[in-house]
Amino acid sequence: MVCFRFPSMDHSQLLPNLFRTEYSKIVAVLCGRFGFHQIEMAEDIVSEAFLKAAETWGLKGIPDNPRAWLYQVARNRTKDYFRRESVFREKVQPDLKQEMERLDPEEIDLSESNIRDSLLQMLYALCLPELPVASQLALALRYLGGFSVEEIANALMGNVGTIEKRLFRAREKLRALRPDLTQFPNQELKNRLPQVLAFLYLLFNEGYFSTHNAQKVRLDLCREATRLGLILLDSPVTNTPSTNALMALFCFHASRFEARTDAEGNQVLYADQDPADWNHELIRRGRYYLRRATPDQGVSRYHLEAAIAHWHTCMEVPAEKRWEEILHLYNRLLQVEYSPMAALNRTYALGQVQGKEVALKEALKINLVKHPLFHSLLAELYLEMDAEKCLEHLGKAIELSSSEADRELLAKKEQRWRAEGKLK
Amino acid sequence: MKEFLMLFWEAKTNEMPAPEEFQEMIKEWNHWIGGIAAQGKLVGTEALDYSGKTISATGVVTDGPHAEIKEMVGGYLICKASDIDEAVKLSEGCPIFHIGGSVEVRPIMELDS
Repeated sequence: MVCFRFPSMDHSQLLPNLFRTEYSKIVAVLCGRFGFHQIEMAEDIVSEAFLKAAETWGLKGIPDNPRAWLYQVARNRTKDYFRRESVFREKVQPDLKQEMERLDPEEIDLSESNIRDSLLQMLYALCLPELPVASQLALALRYLGGFSVEEIANALMGNVGTIEKRLFRAREKLRALRPDLTQFPNQELKNRLPQVLAFLYLLFNEGYFSTHNAQKVRLDLCREATRLGLILLDSPVTNTPSTNALMALFCFHASRFEARTDAEGNQVLYADQDPADWNHELIRRGRYYLRRATPDQGVSRYHLEAAIAHWHTCMEVPAEKRWEEILHLYNRLLQVEYSPMAALNRTYALGQVQGKEVALKEALKINLVKHPLFHSLLAELYLEMDAEKCLEHLGKAIELSSSEADRELLAKKEQRWRAEGKLK
Repeated sequence: MKEFLMLFWEAKTNEMPAPEEFQEMIKEWNHWIGGIAAQGKLVGTEALDYSGKTISATGVVTDGPHAEIKEMVGGYLICKASDIDEAVKLSEGCPIFHIGGSVEVRPIMELDS
């Protein structure tokens, strides 16, 4: 698996880091072995294993191979669990006793390949079309990302109670649907890949474009989406051109993560970023995926978005040529799938290529009056052309923005324009 | 919102343009179509190859687009608009005009109502 270096992690925090990476793996393997309806059992067993680690490691020191240690404890706890349960329920559920008798802890396969397959199956199970998207996100963060309920609530802007309820209902629904985690035939993996990719795209964007949360939480969501994408790339069935294109997109976006915030934690827009602050390793990685994304059948929106993000990193190309390519790609993207963001970005690119007057004419046609970015785009276009209209739209943009950070950014823009004498 | 079909008529030819010219054409069309798509009014669009066959009622098959007509359809676009005037307005700037062609706008008949 490719090693991803997002902005640095604290290596002294062994147990929390292990929790984040191993919790979901063991839960996935246990669910793969015993069925999704046993997810609570799986969670209990893994939590117990971590609890035991916290106690034992504190007293006796950290074992040579902490991961293997955890796996062994999880295996033994599973055996204990079935022994306990079978004593209680022998008469009610004779099958449980049988299960216990058959179960050899060593048989719980925590090999790298089975972990990979189990995570893939879990990812697919959580992306069942019967589940609302909000539930899919919460479940994935819980069971694939090892997020706590509080962390999910922070990341998805909900309160703890709502998230708990959502998780509970989603688990009940999954239990009723009983997705067979052990039996996803390759064809099914292929058929449902578009849904899984759409889910990862959503997960990443939730982190990347949401300005409501602390930087750290957002980074976690993006890291999680990328990690799940790597699982898809690891399997020949799901390593498709579209998966590579999506990963390329993630890398290009992630490369600007640190440059997007200044030392005081304020947002820095693309136009004001210093390319030297971009993560060039991630840009190279993105280019690598983009080369592997050559489509066998038609380009996907991920191809087009990755190509756009790629041009944004090509500072060696003259701006004129760069924006022309970006405009062309937005034109194509809008034909594949309309979105207000794409429409607004296309119009901005049009301004860069054909000048403000042309862009203004087209902007007025798209008329997304309820979208704050529509008004900030109009403000940009009216700048040095019509100060009154410029301020009017800037005001509307501030009024419609839902986040404090966005409002601050717009207010600063106005100050700067005034200082530069552009609002006369 | 109703749906309208735009047919792009151009002078008949069987000569494909040179590759660079073709690339330029594609960009120009994309650009115009992008403007309609940015308004969320694009339903679908395709360009047609210059070759083809025409089949008569008597079963005679001839090569190429309709032999009796000097123009041929080079492509189509389906858009959403509140009425035909708006659809006509959407055709503004269509690259077909730059090569002396024309746009035919036709409302799509709603059969199930």
